[in-house]
Amino acid sequence: MITEDNKERIDSLISKMRAGNQRATGRLLTLVENNLDAAAYIIKKIYEFTGNAYIIGITGAPGSGKSSLINTMIEKFVDAGKRVGIVAVDPTSPFSGGALLGDRIRMKRNFSINDVFIRSMANRGQLGGLARATKDLVKVLDAAQNDIILIETVGVGQSEVEIFKSAHTTVVIVIPGLGDEIQAIKAGIMEITDIFVVNKMDFAGADQKVAELESMLDLNEKYEVSNPDHSLIVTRTQGWRPPIIKTNAITGKNIDKFISLIEKHKKYLIENNQMENKLKIKYRSEVLEILKFRMTQNIEALIYKNPEINQYIDKIIAKEKDPYSISEEILLKFIHMG
Amino acid sequence: MYIAVGEKQGVPSEKLTGTIQNDILKEYIAQKSYIFPPEPSMRLIVDTIEYCTKYVPKWNTISISGYHIREAGSTAVQELAFTLADGFAYVEAGMERGLDVDSFAPRLSFFFNSHNDFFEEIAKYRAARRIWAKRMKNKYKAKSPKSLRLRFHTQTAGVSLTAQEPENNIVRVTLQALAAVLGGTQSLHTNSMDEALALPTEKAVRIALRTQQIIAHESGVPNTIDPLAGSYFVEKLTDEMEEKAEEYFRKIDELGGVIPAIRKNFFQREIAQSAYRYQKEVEAKQRIIVGVNKYKTEEQETPEVLYIPDKVEEDQIERLNNVKKNRDNKKAEENLADLKKAAQGNENLMPYILNCVREYVSVGEIIGKLKEVFGTYREDAIF
Amino acid sequence: MDKKIRIIVAKPGLDGHDRGAKVISHGLRDAGFEVIYTGLHQTPQDIVRSVIQEDPDALLLSILSGAHNRLFPKITKLLKENDVDDILILGGGIIPETDVAFLKENGIEEIFGPGTTIDEISDYIKNHIKRRL
Repeated sequence: MITEDNKERIDSLISKMRAGNQRATGRLLTLVENNLDAAAYIIKKIYEFTGNAYIIGITGAPGSGKSSLINTMIEKFVDAGKRVGIVAVDPTSPFSGGALLGDRIRMKRNFSINDVFIRSMANRGQLGGLARATKDLVKVLDAAQNDIILIETVGVGQSEVEIFKSAHTTVVIVIPGLGDEIQAIKAGIMEITDIFVVNKMDFAGADQKVAELESMLDLNEKYEVSNPDHSLIVTRTQGWRPPIIKTNAITGKNIDKFISLIEKHKKYLIENNQMENKLKIKYRSEVLEILKFRMTQNIEALIYKNPEINQYIDKIIAKEKDPYSISEEILLKFIHMG
Repeated sequence: MYIAVGEKQGVPSEKLTGTIQNDILKEYIAQKSYIFPPEPSMRLIVDTIEYCTKYVPKWNTISISGYHIREAGSTAVQELAFTLADGFAYVEAGMERGLDVDSFAPRLSFFFNSHNDFFEEIAKYRAARRIWAKRMKNKYKAKSPKSLRLRFHTQTAGVSLTAQEPENNIVRVTLQALAAVLGGTQSLHTNSMDEALALPTEKAVRIALRTQQIIAHESGVPNTIDPLAGSYFVEKLTDEMEEKAEEYFRKIDELGGVIPAIRKNFFQREIAQSAYRYQKEVEAKQRIIVGVNKYKTEEQETPEVLYIPDKVEEDQIERLNNVKKNRDNKKAEENLADLKKAAQGNENLMPYILNCVREYVSVGEIIGKLKEVFGTYREDAIF
Repeated sequence: MDKKIRIIVAKPGLDGHDRGAKVISHGLRDAGFEVIYTGLHQTPQDIVRSVIQEDPDALLLSILSGAHNRLFPKITKLLKENDVDDILILGGGIIPETDVAFLKENGIEEIFGPGTTIDEISDYIKNHIKRRL
């Protein structure tokens, strides 16, 4: 729970952030990432200031040239007078629980501090909560008046699918030669991608990679299920076949074309009333996440910490009742919805 | 700048002798004092080699280094393999430029580390000479015996010296220096005992110098070439090191060569892993450092340490500003502009750089100009 | 989610000797920390900017070139000017004993010289982190 003292401090941070103080933004990001009560308080207060930034999700395997691509994207955006925020997610070591967050070091150094705000994050094992935290960080950067926010991750797992529900445009980077990606494509990319980038286009196999992607997209379209419930889950833009563009992020080849594809997608979303659809999907899943998180916390606290539960467990051991019956009893007695 | 000074003093460049380090590949791998990306850097190096081959023939155009690679945490085998791989990359670059291998290979020189494991280091130097001679002859078809010679300078391992009980470092340096001499080094740098504290005091440097002088004049060791040849142990170690180095050469070839391997962070990863392993061994006391993780003294004296006053920096800046004020700035500008134009093309840049330094253009200004053409290099963080 | 200890490891100045900074970063990752390594050739402004945006619990400065008396106070001063007054600031590398007092007067909490183990650093950080949530 938040004390009155803390509330005052947080309020002060929020006004400083809105006034452009990056230290305040940094502190709010930490609170939002790590303390659910603080996050609830903060998001409630800043929500009215969100919704202005254009959010781009971008992911790719290590070695895909993602950092080089992002660097050129940022340069173009900054040149166009935009302020850019970046949330960069890196994996947490499953052995130690620690992480080396290596995205900041790859960013170009000559961006002015006021133009680019970079925040590194560890995925903390991708257990429940990563997507919630990432989305809340994005909201803070949105309220801090960044025009464009990049969410940068590695790979395409369940968490990425979840996180990119928060993005307006999702970009997936592949490179020629790595066959394994097609496996990943089967796993989850098709659900979320708005633009495919084949980077390192001058390597052998680039055209082949493009052809592979095109045929996967063909396959997908053929079997697309028109199902009312489906639209709740799939975040892919309806009626938009993801374009595939070859780039060389180091020489800058086709980067301008790539940026205009993003703009094209944005335009499509607006003109075809897809924005609202996206937002429906986005907020439905956010609310679900918050509820799940809160409930899990409450239930775990109950079952693990509440001494009254012991007698229920004892009954199971004594074979008086089975686990299902006991669970139903606990549900009726202890757990209040709403 | 040395050539220009020589000109001013009436000494033609053909008479100049000396060595420059100028090994850029090891910067990406270990020392990290790079500025430009690999490709333009290699061009500058081949420009230097090409120019000196014609106009400064007595100059050692490069000091292909393993010292820094080892200091960054590599093993002895990695130091050997990565250094020689770099060397071969330079040979190939020179040949690609159209230079005859025997015209420039004799002036390539090397720079190795001398670390704690006495016999391993000796075997390393011997393996290096053997690998170099064989490859220069068989792969690069060098005809002159001078091209097959691997001449090297050695520095004792700075990273092995301790801040605790600095006098122990005198003993370490002696053993490391001895290994280098027994391994056949052409020249030697012995570190000072306060290596882990600051730049050396006069006294510390003197002891380091005396260490060399005693080995050179009192020990009799330098009187025989390769005195450990025939020792069953040293020969076996030499063979093993050569084999393991060849394994690395194969790996590097598979990655496409030295520069592609650098871009794929191959060397950096190997070194970071070895460095981490070394530290873990020390902390687990599997690797003993006397005075640090074993046989520690309670009382630590605070030794005398050298201080560089801030004034040194101020004075140098003033000197530089005076030079810039008093030179012909029009000529300086023109030469810089010519340099930039040449950098955008394919010509050898040495004559253009020479023209700049003759007009007292500074190192900073030249690099700034070249940055405009070549860009700068930024590394990935590899642990 | 448990709050992990979040640190920045930075190398100010032109010093390219990054073996120690990398070994420490790796070791602290293995000790369960979230580590941001800034890379080489950082100006004080670069480092302060990283601190402001990343909001770490601790900042570890590594330098072996002798420029610590110049660079460390510059960094701590800039941090204070930017309202960063509650993070743990540590220094390491080649820093003579006789300079430690001066550095401590200028915002560096502790100096870890050659021979320090990874455990010593991680223990120190765990025990001296200021509670900031």
